[in-house]
Amino acid sequence: MIRLEKRPQPSRFFAYVTPLLAVLATFLFGGLLFAALGKDPVQSIMTIFWEPLFGEFAFYYRPQLLIKGAPLVLIAIGLSLGFKAGIWNIGAEGQYIMGALFGAGMGLAFYPTESVLIFPAMVLAGAFGGWAWAMIPALLKVKFGTNEILVSLMLVYVAEQFLASMSLGLLKNPEGFGFPGSRNLQQYASAHNAEIIAGSGMHWGVVAALIAVIFAYVLLARHRLGFAVRVTGEAPRAARFSGVNPSRLLLFCLGTSGMLAGLAGLFEVSGPAGQVSIDFNVGYGFTAIIVAFLGRLHPIGIVLAGLLMALTYIGGDIAQSQLGLPAAAIQVFQGMLLFFLLALDLFTNYRLQFGRTEAA
Amino acid sequence: MDLSVINPILLIAALMSAATPILLAATGELVVERAGVLNLGVEGMMILGAICGFAIAVETGSPLTGFIAAALGGAVLSLLFAFLTQITLANQVASGLALTLFGLGLSALLGQGYVGIKPPRMADFNFGPLADIPVIGPILFSHDPILYFGLLLVAMVWAVLKFTRAGLVLRAVGENHDAAHALGYKVVRIRTLAIMFGGACAGMGGAYISLIRVPQWTEGMTAGVGWIALALVVFASWKPWRVLLGAYLFGGITQLQLNLQGAGVAIPVEYLAMSPYVITIIVLVVLSADKSAAPGSLGRTFHASH
Repeated sequence: MIRLEKRPQPSRFFAYVTPLLAVLATFLFGGLLFAALGKDPVQSIMTIFWEPLFGEFAFYYRPQLLIKGAPLVLIAIGLSLGFKAGIWNIGAEGQYIMGALFGAGMGLAFYPTESVLIFPAMVLAGAFGGWAWAMIPALLKVKFGTNEILVSLMLVYVAEQFLASMSLGLLKNPEGFGFPGSRNLQQYASAHNAEIIAGSGMHWGVVAALIAVIFAYVLLARHRLGFAVRVTGEAPRAARFSGVNPSRLLLFCLGTSGMLAGLAGLFEVSGPAGQVSIDFNVGYGFTAIIVAFLGRLHPIGIVLAGLLMALTYIGGDIAQSQLGLPAAAIQVFQGMLLFFLLALDLFTNYRLQFGRTEAA
Repeated sequence: MDLSVINPILLIAALMSAATPILLAATGELVVERAGVLNLGVEGMMILGAICGFAIAVETGSPLTGFIAAALGGAVLSLLFAFLTQITLANQVASGLALTLFGLGLSALLGQGYVGIKPPRMADFNFGPLADIPVIGPILFSHDPILYFGLLLVAMVWAVLKFTRAGLVLRAVGENHDAAHALGYKVVRIRTLAIMFGGACAGMGGAYISLIRVPQWTEGMTAGVGWIALALVVFASWKPWRVLLGAYLFGGITQLQLNLQGAGVAIPVEYLAMSPYVITIIVLVVLSADKSAAPGSLGRTFHASH
């Protein structure tokens, strides 16, 4: 007879080990999945996780790690603050889109003027766009008690339609021969989120992600607000007695995560993506949820998890072109990772008891 | 713009069809939530049902077999959620999200060979001469069997929850799992069954989209219907008949905006297409002030340790 016994304190050991175990389990079952698709499992896993880092063309793929990792980390840091406090913003994808639209709109409004002030203005506009979009579920929750999960998610679909409307209408490139999509910001020097050191993948989004990580770390470890976030998540009632204002905390958490997602969108659209188009967004807002959990909602963990997820994107692309592994297989792989993590987390909070159950 | 092309009789008939996927999924989720479990994976189970149903219907040539396969697919996927939340005691919100992300990926993977194929058509239920009655005939008596099954399901869920012992036990588990456990009810087993029922319903709802509404397979084709179904349960105050009402309201809006797109109204297509989501939010705001009807143990993890 196996029984679960709740630990008096969550196990620190398992808190660190479960993400690793989850990754290993995902390798195993992901390998089985690839085998079922008729691909060599070992070769597939190697292609995804080894090739981009140490393979022949690693010099090309390594910078990609920063390019793809930065938006994931930026969004996940924001989400983790809310998740810690039991505030579920799952509409980061929408905030990401709105940030990109506001930021790109700001830049395109000045076209073709060149000025050093344009890019900072775009950054502000991007942050504002994401923040404003996240304020909708936040204010509705505070005012009317509306479920923030559902509202933030509905707003993703609204934002996607808005994006379609913008890239076919207002922001459409007037010299684009009727093709959908905006002017290419990469060709507009003042608005281009160029690499700071050429060939390194280091663009302003990476810098922003690093600042966000440090900011979140200090906030959670040292600041009163971080304490409020943690207490609210672990014991909402105790938090209220200790003077935490739940409404203000909600506005802060949703606002911050929206702002960071908006920034991620802006840096993406003005850099790697280059233009506003119907499908410039590739689901970073949703993948960031996995990153936040895989990183244990901890800033440093999120950096590691973000890099790992970026690796699956890059490696997935390689595996797609070299081995014909379908893109959807990578999506399944990412989903599996979250499953194993959630399941294995059992050992953090509970211990297994073997032997007879005592009479209760 | 020519609004006269919108035929009110056909509009009502079509809204019933548009409402059915939401209705099926929301009815299933209602049972799950009445048992005290919040499964945010409805979207994932729907999309998996959509591809399972589509694939099996294409392979066997029988839409009905497709629907059965869809229900099975949804139920099997929901077992993953049941395992996570009931056995390994994981957070229900996170597990539901995981289920949706996983379902979207898995369905895309399974559906690769099925893009651009037309599925076998499901024949309308034969009511004989009733279908020829003017106005009422096309509205009430000219639909596929699944649509009627959806209505029957609502009635059954309502009756079971309200009048039977099984319904009472289910509600007890949802209201206070510790008390139900103390009375000797198997909380985990009951919840697992409820989750599987919800999965089967969501799967059928998904298959209704891919086999009857569209009918075609495209990645991510459920496009948030699962989330609308979740919202519907909240503003139906966890009552089956209100789910029906809400589903028809949404079916109506979805159908109307499609018809308006067709009629070439001056509003851009994108803004019409976002209307169901915006209206979901508005209705949520108006009706969610009262949460007193929510099951007492909704979303809380049960562990019989104390």
